[in-house]
Amino acid sequence: MSEAAVQDSSLGIGAAAAEGAPALLSVNNIEVIYDHVILVLKGVSLEVPLGGIVALLGANGAGKTTTLKAISNLLRAERGDVTKGSITLGGERVQHLTPNDLVKKGVIQVMEGRHCFEHLTVEENLLTGAYTRGDGAAAVQQDLEMVYEYFPRLKERRGSQAGYTSGGEQQMTAIGRALMSRPKVVLLDEPSMGLAPQLVEQIFEIVKTINEEQGVSILLAEQNTNVALRYAKYGYILESGRVVMDGPAETLRQNEDVKEFYLGLSATGRKSYRDVKHYKRRKRWLS
Amino acid sequence: MKPLHVVYWVVGAVVAIFAIGAFHLALAEIGWIPFFDWTFYFEVAAAGLLQGVMYSLVALGFVLIFKASGIFNFAQGSLVLFAALTMVGLMEFAERELGIELHWTISFLLTVGVMIAVAIAIERLVLRPLVNQPQIILFMATIGIFYFMDGFGQTLWGSDVKVLDVGMPIAAAVEPLGVRMNVYDLIAAGVGAVLVAVLAVFFQYTRIGRALRAVADDHQAALSVGIPLKTIWTIVWSVAGVVALVAGIMWGGKAGVQFSLALIAFKALPVLILGGFTSIPGAIVGGLIIGYGEQVAENFVGLAIGGAIQDWFAYMLALVFLLFRPQGLFGERIIERV
Repeated sequence: MSEAAVQDSSLGIGAAAAEGAPALLSVNNIEVIYDHVILVLKGVSLEVPLGGIVALLGANGAGKTTTLKAISNLLRAERGDVTKGSITLGGERVQHLTPNDLVKKGVIQVMEGRHCFEHLTVEENLLTGAYTRGDGAAAVQQDLEMVYEYFPRLKERRGSQAGYTSGGEQQMTAIGRALMSRPKVVLLDEPSMGLAPQLVEQIFEIVKTINEEQGVSILLAEQNTNVALRYAKYGYILESGRVVMDGPAETLRQNEDVKEFYLGLSATGRKSYRDVKHYKRRKRWLS
Repeated sequence: MKPLHVVYWVVGAVVAIFAIGAFHLALAEIGWIPFFDWTFYFEVAAAGLLQGVMYSLVALGFVLIFKASGIFNFAQGSLVLFAALTMVGLMEFAERELGIELHWTISFLLTVGVMIAVAIAIERLVLRPLVNQPQIILFMATIGIFYFMDGFGQTLWGSDVKVLDVGMPIAAAVEPLGVRMNVYDLIAAGVGAVLVAVLAVFFQYTRIGRALRAVADDHQAALSVGIPLKTIWTIVWSVAGVVALVAGIMWGGKAGVQFSLALIAFKALPVLILGGFTSIPGAIVGGLIIGYGEQVAENFVGLAIGGAIQDWFAYMLALVFLLFRPQGLFGERIIERV
């Protein structure tokens, strides 16, 4: 057997089995429908092992954000609904819980596009993350210091309105805000969006440190496949609402299809768009 | 607002009042207005400012709901009427049916309970089903609430003019430094000031207050960090209901509780445009400027052109503000990054 074949045999075994850790969060064959008619997810299953970083990859409209929102239950506010399948956290079904209860249980989402509270200061933004906690001001203060240690930049900007900080600082604020809720698993949606490559690298580095030091599991939805697969240990690839491939990050990086479709590499090296065969669009009515 | 800014504003206001007085004096000298007298001017100014506090009280209710949900709550005026009606109604009911004289404080507390119940009902029946709808739909819904509360209150308690007596002197006056001022207005101003201070502290320094401001900025993000929108909205509408009650007592105690109370909401509009829809201090300063401007314009310039300035002066001032400072004096700057 060739080396590639050996590697490929580890595809599809599931993140928990691949890392030998129990699954903290597991999504089993869920189907999501928006507005009662639009079928967006057609049977997505994935696992996030305890203390792992799992990447959810795919192009625009593949269903990454919908999957995360199905887990954090922010779907309801957008008239979406999980109609089939189940979502469990530590073996307990959680899909009927409100976002508020989920945050209390340790599942929190950092939404795409950062969504900081513009008119609140950076520090107030961080404190809103502790809304659901009932363990006293001292503990919250301690965690605030912890967030400032991970993101020293935020400590410098603590008094400024979040709306006036840079994109990178807003992303840090959003991640820090999620950390303030003492989460078990953070659903991180597209943290690289609109940021300079250097900054992306820096933020991922911090996320990895947090994952290692705090034991927070991370489910990362990313379009930037290259970066995501370097930091994640396991990856799921979504295409139009289905998981089409999954495997350990290293295996995925070596996979020819992934290389060609998501990393822009192929056996013959980098491919130019000029070499890709284009098909003429068929004639349509009224065009 | 920082304490130093408050000092600036107070000094500025005093200077402005003297400057406008001097301006009118000059107008009188060249004969454009019939007469000017400093003592009378100060009396008019004081009456106007005190009246302004009453406007502020109504405007406050709007600001609260606008801050937390971005909804312009058309129904605030009817909440004022409903609250005042309920309070008087309860007192009358207790006297007529149970033969006991209910002290106004007890009736006040009972009415607070009723306003909280109303807030819960509005959240359940109107806001929750309409979550994530465009603002205009929510605005239309509040128009519906306006008419409902208006009719419901009168069905429940009757539509005749009621007298609300909370033991405050209606006609008494004091004369510090020779300037006559109405005691009732002074007390109302004091109550308004306390209410504002409490609300400002609540919004700025408490956990719930922070959550309220967070919801105002971004519903979705607030949901994502685990802030329950239902609870927040219920709290905001309850607080707005209590503010409406206080406004209803102050206005109703002076002019009797009747349907026209619901219409003072329209006087709050220019106040909001001046002060900014999102600012509690703005509601106060806006109210003061409108109250003062109205009275002074009516009593001096009004004499020259035949009066009736009072009714439209506020709206004209609001129009000027819309042209030059659409976010109002203290409104949150609309943050736009490029």
